[in-house]
Amino acid sequence: MTRWEDCPLAMALATNKHKPVVKALFQSHRRPYLHAMRPDELLCPRPEGLYCPPGGFHIDPVRPVERALITHGHADHARAGHGHVLATAETLDIMAIRYGEDHAGSTQVAALGETLIIDGVAVRFHPAGHVLGSAQIAVGRGGLRIVASGDYKPRPDPTCASFEPVDCDVFITEATFGLPVFRHPDAGDEISRLLGSVGANPDRAHLVGAYSLGKAQRVIRLLRDAGYDQPIYIHGALKRLCDYYESQGIALGELRPATVETGGKGDFAGAVVLGPPSAFGDKWARRFPDPLISFASGWMMVRQRARQRGVELPLVISDHADWDELTATITAIAPEEVWVTHGREEALVRWCEMNGTRARPLHMVGYEDEAE
Amino acid sequence: MRRFADLIDTLVLTPGRNGKLKLLSGYFRAVPDPERGYALAALTNGLDIASVKPAMLRELIAGRMDAELFKLSYDYVGDLAETIALAWPVPAGPHAGRNDAPSLTGIVEALAGASRREGPQLIAGWLDQLDASSRYALLKLVTGGFRIGLSARLAKQALADFGGVAVTEIEELWHGLEPPYRTLFDWLEGVADKPVNAAAAPFRPVMLSHAIEDADFTRLDPADFVAEWKWDGIRVQATAERGVRRLYTRTGDDISAAFPDLVDHLAFDGTVDGELLVARLAEGEVSIGTFSDLQQRLNRKTVTGRMVRDHPAFLRAYDLLQDGSEDLRGLPFAERRARLEAFIAPLDPHRFDCSPMLAFDSWDELAQLRLALPEPVIEGVMIKRRTAPYVAGRPRGEWFKWKRDPHLVDAVLMYAQRGHGKRSGYYSDYTFGVWRGEPEEGELVPVGKAYFGFTDEELKLIDKYVRDHTIERFGPVRSVRANAVTGLVFEVAFEGIARSTRHKSGVAMRFPRINRLRWDKPPAEADRLETLEQMIAGAQ
Repeated sequence: MTRWEDCPLAMALATNKHKPVVKALFQSHRRPYLHAMRPDELLCPRPEGLYCPPGGFHIDPVRPVERALITHGHADHARAGHGHVLATAETLDIMAIRYGEDHAGSTQVAALGETLIIDGVAVRFHPAGHVLGSAQIAVGRGGLRIVASGDYKPRPDPTCASFEPVDCDVFITEATFGLPVFRHPDAGDEISRLLGSVGANPDRAHLVGAYSLGKAQRVIRLLRDAGYDQPIYIHGALKRLCDYYESQGIALGELRPATVETGGKGDFAGAVVLGPPSAFGDKWARRFPDPLISFASGWMMVRQRARQRGVELPLVISDHADWDELTATITAIAPEEVWVTHGREEALVRWCEMNGTRARPLHMVGYEDEAE
Repeated sequence: MRRFADLIDTLVLTPGRNGKLKLLSGYFRAVPDPERGYALAALTNGLDIASVKPAMLRELIAGRMDAELFKLSYDYVGDLAETIALAWPVPAGPHAGRNDAPSLTGIVEALAGASRREGPQLIAGWLDQLDASSRYALLKLVTGGFRIGLSARLAKQALADFGGVAVTEIEELWHGLEPPYRTLFDWLEGVADKPVNAAAAPFRPVMLSHAIEDADFTRLDPADFVAEWKWDGIRVQATAERGVRRLYTRTGDDISAAFPDLVDHLAFDGTVDGELLVARLAEGEVSIGTFSDLQQRLNRKTVTGRMVRDHPAFLRAYDLLQDGSEDLRGLPFAERRARLEAFIAPLDPHRFDCSPMLAFDSWDELAQLRLALPEPVIEGVMIKRRTAPYVAGRPRGEWFKWKRDPHLVDAVLMYAQRGHGKRSGYYSDYTFGVWRGEPEEGELVPVGKAYFGFTDEELKLIDKYVRDHTIERFGPVRSVRANAVTGLVFEVAFEGIARSTRHKSGVAMRFPRINRLRWDKPPAEADRLETLEQMIAGAQ
């Protein structure tokens, strides 16, 4: 676990005049009775998102604001139209790809592990292991530290930097899969099932639904790691992000556009085709021979969910922490208090209470958990 | 267990009837006796495992995890067996995940020989060893009701496909067979003769109707048809043969045990198709109870003497399928009807009568009759072709139902609850109310709950409305702003209304659903409680 105290502060400072302030910010950490401020004076839920009154910034606001700190590039966390955006270089690139270069008035890169001072509030980004560029944001002042983890997953992912638990007083967590029914199996085993089905159905095209940022690239990378070296066909909506992942050194192998122009209908027999799940309902899906519908998502854990979506081959591959990972993360960090932003918040709050950790739901709206 | 679990998993996810039929007949081909027979019994709810009951499964999981966390999980998943299968905390140990529990046959036979004390212990031991999908299959095995889009009829069709015989042959045999159905499989595989249905009084597959459409009235000649009331009870088949008496639902479930008062009076040899009602004969008149009277008698394994006295069961006959040893199903309806009248005449009039036929010369005349239903327990008219034989299933062009229009009221959305299963992400169950007193100073009282009748698009709009107008949250329920000026009005359709002590408003609707969304209507113009009370008074 990274402790802030261990970090070389000097390299983090924007200017030397902040030095004494930064020192004060970190020294009294984890002695709650000495905190100069209450946690909700440092960060509080507002309709537009988490807000830091002393720093004058929002984290992942769902509406345009003056100053936004963005954890990752998914559309429900990263929106266009902010005055100023602070995020990792990858997240800024992804926002530019999705919304255009002018998605914000101005942007600033946050390097992982580097402390920035915003109006006397220390801010530092740490990897979240969710998708490429995803970060947790630690906010500190007066010896109090809050970590807004955005969306995260602790298990290894070949397409992004690994999650690291960050020592803090208040840990803000999502609870997308915050129920004990969600125990995600090993993603590699799920990929083996996909390849087994491809082998057993050589006359059918396997249409794999995967969210266009993160999930799609991870599925492709996992297929490559499993030794699948055939061309993989992708829906047009995935192309730019796949290209971007490639440019960041994540090799995806040969990708071809899944369009009929590139060949006859029979060419897709036995092929693996990736597309956003929304595309499966429309005409695009008709071009494939007897398509076998698959979907890579944590929701596929629940049979009736898979059935309701018409999925024949559910793949339980999630970019979020499952129940065991949520609870293990909270146990490892052992914060004074847990705030739950969105998802199945009641169950996680209940678990925290049972385990002696104060917890409360923030009832944040605007974060879609269905799209995962 | 793996093979059975795979079958269940694939069945759940295989779209379409044909795919399921192929899977099942393939399974019957590939899997030996007695395992395939036990699987068939499990899928058709024919496996009665006395040593384990659903309540015991709840106790098992309560011993393993926090009750509140389980409740939240169940609320989300919407299925007891799947919730336990997924949430079951597997202890670390040499057996974890080894999946080496006994086969389906081993499990069924072990449970059959187990006591009620041993049963749950066996289950717990297996749950510790199985993976999540086998846990699901095991739990479904003991709770029944797979909820996998597979009806018993489909399983019978798969058997018919497997053996190359007509499905009605299977259905007729069905009630004389016992798991693991060796004689059935032997016959279907051609290694033995068709089993003789040794059991007396088997179920005979019933004939069903289509809803009549406007175009039918111009197409069909009224002279070719007869009509009778569509009684609002439970469609049943009463059959007696060689001293064995049975009462079946239209799907072939045996409900004899719940209606001993009627079964005792099946003093005939034959099979009658009719409507089960609560009714009594007094001074030459049969007075029929409401559907809620009948409800007192439904879904019970046994009945008390008092229930039999207060709510006597009565059969109003529609058709005669079998008279002694003679099968009448090939005869035209008109002939069967004449036979029926002669058949019912000598029976106890306190228990039986014939559904009266309606005289009409034109469809308009029949429409008039339908508009002035003489009793509240009539839900419309049935139109039957004079020449129609009695054909199992829903043949086209023979029988039609023409239901009365539903009752309608305008009510205001008061509470919304998160849905289960596929609707987990949506507020999809709605409690609605009507005004007691003047809208400006009175209050809304809840009168019912509905969770269908709207499209997926409308669901999204209502869900958004609920989220935008929430005033309070209680767990999965939101209280929605509803006063004289702000609120969402539903036009609610329902089939009947009765007094109820369970609801604050004192009324309960039958089969309520959202008929229309009245975004245009101010809540103050929604209906009053008096309107509903008048409807009840009119029904009595």
